[in-house]
Amino acid sequence: MNTNTQKVAIICSKGSLDGIYPALILANGARMEGMDAMVFFTFFGLEAITKDKMKNIQVATVGNPAMHIPTMLGGLPGMSKLATHMMQKEMDKLDIPHVDEFIEMLDDAGAEIYACKLAMDMFHLKKDDLDDRVKGVLTVGEFYEKTDEAKIIFT
Amino acid sequence: MNELLKNIKVDSEGFLKDHNEWSEEIAKTLAEQEGIYELTKRHFEIIYIIRDEYSLKGQAPSLRRLSKVHGFPTKELYQLFPGGPGKKAAKISGVKKPRGCI
Repeated sequence: MNTNTQKVAIICSKGSLDGIYPALILANGARMEGMDAMVFFTFFGLEAITKDKMKNIQVATVGNPAMHIPTMLGGLPGMSKLATHMMQKEMDKLDIPHVDEFIEMLDDAGAEIYACKLAMDMFHLKKDDLDDRVKGVLTVGEFYEKTDEAKIIFT
Repeated sequence: MNELLKNIKVDSEGFLKDHNEWSEEIAKTLAEQEGIYELTKRHFEIIYIIRDEYSLKGQAPSLRRLSKVHGFPTKELYQLFPGGPGKKAAKISGVKKPRGCI
């Protein structure tokens, strides 16, 4: 690939399976192309890097017209789990790792993972609550310092 | 261009068009072009796995497959083939550019 892009900074603000994966795949893909990559998890995106949440990321079955499940059915207990299970089966076939393994892979690939300080304060999260691979907790100012010349992608 | 590569057909990005034209010597030359000046035993272990899988499936294995199935840690893959391990390893292995996203 011929690209002038040397670095990407990806912001992930959503905590659903379909909200998190694009950020992870874009970051990993950037590293595979030889670019530097960082992911900044904010708001509900923090679920992807919170120790007791990251293994249990679900697909949203309510308010998601692309799921083609009537809203009333989507809200039934277990629907989200079932949809997640089905989607994960398809993802396994394509070699796409689960979120916790993906975070490990990103770290091994040299992508940097950061958490948003304001969102952590809001959710009363401490650094210890986050996965060990999170490199730091940043304010918005620190985020801009780190991104410098990077292209910023909001997923 | 290097003498060895003169008679070999490559695409616009330098990937071999026919993986049967590959040899270890060609691998070394391709590696140098990618900034890898020494191919170790470990490099060649990976190269031959990529070539085997390519022969069977028609595409190079993903990085994740190399780590999960074949036991080469992701970190090591990035160290051995710095600056884009999937593509670089495929190019040096003489197979087509991988189109996987993982």
